[in-house]
Amino acid sequence: MQIYLPIAEVSVNAFLLLGLGGMVGVLSGMFGVGGGFLMTPLLFFIGIPPAVAVATEANQIVASSFSGVLAHLKRKTVDLRMGLVLLVGGLIGAALGVQVFNALKAIGQVDLLVKLSYVLFLGIIGALMFVESLNAIRKSRKGGRPATRRRHNWVHNLPFKMKFRVSGLYISVIPPVIVGILVGILAAIMGVGGGFIMVPAMIYLLGMPTKVVVGTSLFQIIFVTAFTTMLHATTNFTVDVVLAVLLLVGGVIGAQIGTRIGVKMKAEQLRILLAILVLAVCGKLALDLLLQPSELYSVGPAITH
Amino acid sequence: MARLFALLLLLLPASLSAEEIVLGLSRDEVAITATFDGSDILIFGAIRRDGTATLEGNLGIIVTVAGPDKPITVRRKERRLGIWINVESVEIDVAPSFYAVATNAPMSEILAPSEDAATRISISRAIRSVGRSETGSAKFTEALMRIRAANGLYQDLEGAVSVDEETLFRTSIGLPSNLTEGNYTTEIYLTRGGQIVDLYSAIIPVKKVGLEQFLYRLAHDQPIIYGLMSLAIAIAAGWIASAVFGMIRR
Repeated sequence: MQIYLPIAEVSVNAFLLLGLGGMVGVLSGMFGVGGGFLMTPLLFFIGIPPAVAVATEANQIVASSFSGVLAHLKRKTVDLRMGLVLLVGGLIGAALGVQVFNALKAIGQVDLLVKLSYVLFLGIIGALMFVESLNAIRKSRKGGRPATRRRHNWVHNLPFKMKFRVSGLYISVIPPVIVGILVGILAAIMGVGGGFIMVPAMIYLLGMPTKVVVGTSLFQIIFVTAFTTMLHATTNFTVDVVLAVLLLVGGVIGAQIGTRIGVKMKAEQLRILLAILVLAVCGKLALDLLLQPSELYSVGPAITH
Repeated sequence: MARLFALLLLLLPASLSAEEIVLGLSRDEVAITATFDGSDILIFGAIRRDGTATLEGNLGIIVTVAGPDKPITVRRKERRLGIWINVESVEIDVAPSFYAVATNAPMSEILAPSEDAATRISISRAIRSVGRSETGSAKFTEALMRIRAANGLYQDLEGAVSVDEETLFRTSIGLPSNLTEGNYTTEIYLTRGGQIVDLYSAIIPVKKVGLEQFLYRLAHDQPIIYGLMSLAIAIAAGWIASAVFGMIRR
C-alpha cells in the first residue's frame, strides 16, 4: 500500500516502513540503542530526503525509547540518578551540537563530516567492543571464573563523587556529564540518539553493569531526541509525522520484543552482536566514501546566502 | 474566441497557415491525497483549420508539462585523499521541478532550432544556469538532466503524441509520486515545417488536500504545536505498546 508523506513529499510503501520500524525497534530494545544510526541511512536508501529522515528519526526514537524504558522500569534496570546526570550533559551537548552543525553548514561539506564522524566513531567503538566481548566469551569457555571488568581506573579518582545505587557505583559525576555532553553533540550533528556511543561508554568508561546500561541509556535518549525533534520541527520544518507514525508503530512493537530477547541473552553475546552490527554499518559507510560513486553529481536545493 | 480568430486572420499575412488547437484535458487539477501514487494526465485535442489554410511542411504537435521553477545547486564529487567529496558546485537559477515533452515526431523534424531557442521547449533549453558559474557549467546541467530523468522528473517523450488524420491528437503524461506542489503549465505547440503556428496553454494546479494539506500547513504555520503533537504521538505509542505487551505477558 503506497502512502504519500506530506512533509517528505514522496510516496512510499506503508508496509515497508512498518517493517523497517519493527526491525530497528527489536535492535533498539535488545541493545538500548535508539537505532537511529541504522534507520537514518535506511531512510536515505528508500528515497526520503536526508533532512526529513534525520528529523523524523529523532521523533521515532522518542517512541521506541519510551516503550523500551517502560519495560526496563518494571524490571528495575534503570539507574534514574545516573540517567539524570547524563541528561544534564546531553542537553548541554545537543545545544552545542546544533551550533557546530550550523557552523559546518555555513562552510559546506556538512554531509562529509557527518559521514566521516559516523565511520570514525562506529569503527572505533565496534572494534573495541568486538575484541573485548570475544575475549570475555573465550575466558568463560575455558571454564574459569566469568570475566570481571577492571573495577578501578582513573575515572574513580575524580572529585564530586555521587552514589549510584542501582549501578552499584560510587563515582565522580564529571565522567557521566562529559559522556552526556559528547553524546549530545553527536546526537545533534549525526541525527541519532547516541546510544551506540553511550552504551559502550557506560560499560567501559563508567564501569556500569550491562543490564542497567541499556535501560539508563534509553531513559536519557528519550529526552535528548525529544529536544532534537522540537529543534528540527521549529527551525527546519522537517519532521514528517505520517512517516514517524508508520515507523513508530513498527518500532514500539519491535522494542518490546527486543527487550525480552535482550533479557534472555548473555551480556557477552549481546555485546558481540552489537559490535558486529556497528562494524557492518561502519563498513558500508566507509565503502560509500572510498568507492567511486556511480553518479558523481548530486542535486540539492539552492543555498540561500 | 472566433471573433478574435477572425481578427487575427485579417492581421496576419496570408502565407501563414490558419490552424488552431482545440484542447481537452482529462483533469484540471491534481489532488495529492494520503494514497497519492503518481497520476496520469491525458491531453487530447483537435486541430481546427480555416478553409484557406496552406498546409506546407510537416505537422508537429509538441506537448509540454512543466512544474514550478526552483533554483537548485548541483554538486560534483572528486576523489581527495582517497575519499569522494563534493569539490565543486553550480547554482542553477531556473530549473523546472518537473518537465515532460511529448512530440509526434523527432524534435529535429518539427521544431527549428531558432524556435526552440526562443521558446525554450526542449529540456536542455528549459534549464538556465547563472552566468557566474565557471566554464564547465554545461556538465552540471547535463548531470541535472540525467539525475532528474532517472527519477522520472524529466521526461523526453519523442513520438508519444499520436495524431489521427492530421486533426486529432492525444498523449498521456505520467506524473510521478514525488511531485512538488504548485501550478503545472501545460503547453501545446502546433508547428508547420519547424515554425510554431499556434500555442495553447493551460494551468493544472497540483496541491495537497485533506489530511496531507492540514499537516503540511500545521508544520509550517504552527511548528511548536506540530512538534509537541509529534512528541505526544510518540510517547502515547510507546506507552500503549508497553501496556499491551504487559497485558499479554501476564
